[in-house]
Amino acid sequence: MFDIQSFYEAKSVEDAIRALSQDEKAQVISGGTDVLIRVREGKDAGCSLVSIQKIPELKGVELTDSGDIKIGAATAFSHITNDPLIQKYLPMLGEAADTVGGPQIRNVATIGGNICNGATSADSASTMWTLDAELVLEGPEGERIVPISQFYTGPGRTVRDRREICKYFLIRKENFEGWHGVYKKYGKRRAMEIATLGCAVRVKLSEDKTRIEDGRLGYGVAGPTPLRCRKAEAVLKGSRVGDMEAVERFVETALTEVNPRSSWRASKEFRIQLIGELARRALKEAVERGGGIMNA
Amino acid sequence: MLKIVHMTVNGTWRELAVDERESLLDTLRNRLGLTSVKKGCEVGECGACTVLVDGEAVDSCIYLTMWAEGRSIMTVEGLKGPNGELSPIQKAFVEEAAVQCGFCTPGLIMSAVEIVGTGKKYNRDELRKLISGHLCRCTGYEKILDAMERIVEEVYRTVNEEQT
Repeated sequence: MFDIQSFYEAKSVEDAIRALSQDEKAQVISGGTDVLIRVREGKDAGCSLVSIQKIPELKGVELTDSGDIKIGAATAFSHITNDPLIQKYLPMLGEAADTVGGPQIRNVATIGGNICNGATSADSASTMWTLDAELVLEGPEGERIVPISQFYTGPGRTVRDRREICKYFLIRKENFEGWHGVYKKYGKRRAMEIATLGCAVRVKLSEDKTRIEDGRLGYGVAGPTPLRCRKAEAVLKGSRVGDMEAVERFVETALTEVNPRSSWRASKEFRIQLIGELARRALKEAVERGGGIMNA
Repeated sequence: MLKIVHMTVNGTWRELAVDERESLLDTLRNRLGLTSVKKGCEVGECGACTVLVDGEAVDSCIYLTMWAEGRSIMTVEGLKGPNGELSPIQKAFVEEAAVQCGFCTPGLIMSAVEIVGTGKKYNRDELRKLISGHLCRCTGYEKILDAMERIVEEVYRTVNEEQT
């Protein structure tokens, strides 16, 4: 038996917002793979749960008329990985989703929960940063769109109000069309593991595959929240594919933008090592995916 | 407070009065007597409580029974044939000696049902990843992987023979 005050299955987003507004101790539950663990540990014991698991509009991936991709917040990781649209347009996100927990967890854990928990180690978060994902939230005051770069406020903290429901993520066409990317996760085990460090690199190559027209670098566990290294990206932009000096400048700049700490999982020094090394490896693979040749 | 929930369990439509704070694990074990569903870590780490919900393997210890409303649940008890015979997956586990203490076995078998149900062929590395949500402290996994490899191969062959 879980130590919860009450459980309510919301029938719609409006219904969920109403239920959350009525009870100060109520919190949203979707897949439950984090919330129920926190209840079990006693951290969130005694809370009331408002479930959004049975609201169909929050699930699934679709292509909008303008060619953008909409990912329902309550879409489970395995459903993201297996989705034909994700496989075609955002394979990197499907791969990142496939590194979370184990198969049974991925069948229920949702991408909305992964982002809204505010954890720096969230496997989907660094990729979502490099995609400039936008979150569509709805609360008592109506709907608002928050870019992921403005979503996180601290470890485990976000701008989402307790009564707000994250409905879906919007990924604009210009952020994935012509881009290629790789997510690298480092953990002590290859499964059932929280990332010691996660690194997402995306690149857009010139038509002849000799220049990096644009690049993006995102991290998890390299600071209190998932983050982007925009100065490092600027260094990479316009560089010649295979220019190893540019790669080293890219890595050095990234190291000035991160703020890792020591935890029981790894020391700060080890994380700094990983931040550089994973960026190098992910960049090489991302370029190769885009058809470029990197001489390492 | 007790609430009414409806679900299909191993092919039978059930109407149950459950506590809304209950996990599917507790409902299956304590209310329906389906003791193949093992209570291990209770935090979704060990996979001993794995059951299928609408054909997908989930950790029933962190799945609220209320979510099962209208859904179809399958446990190892639902695998046996009309005369109580073992399913091909169970037979593979027995014949490959993939069972030692047996605590992790029902969960692994349910994951195997999901894996085999895809009709795809997987190599040993892929299978290793697909069973990574299960802990086994006896076998070292090799015998389990032998059984999985065998059943995946058998089903893949049968499915392809039927199609040709």
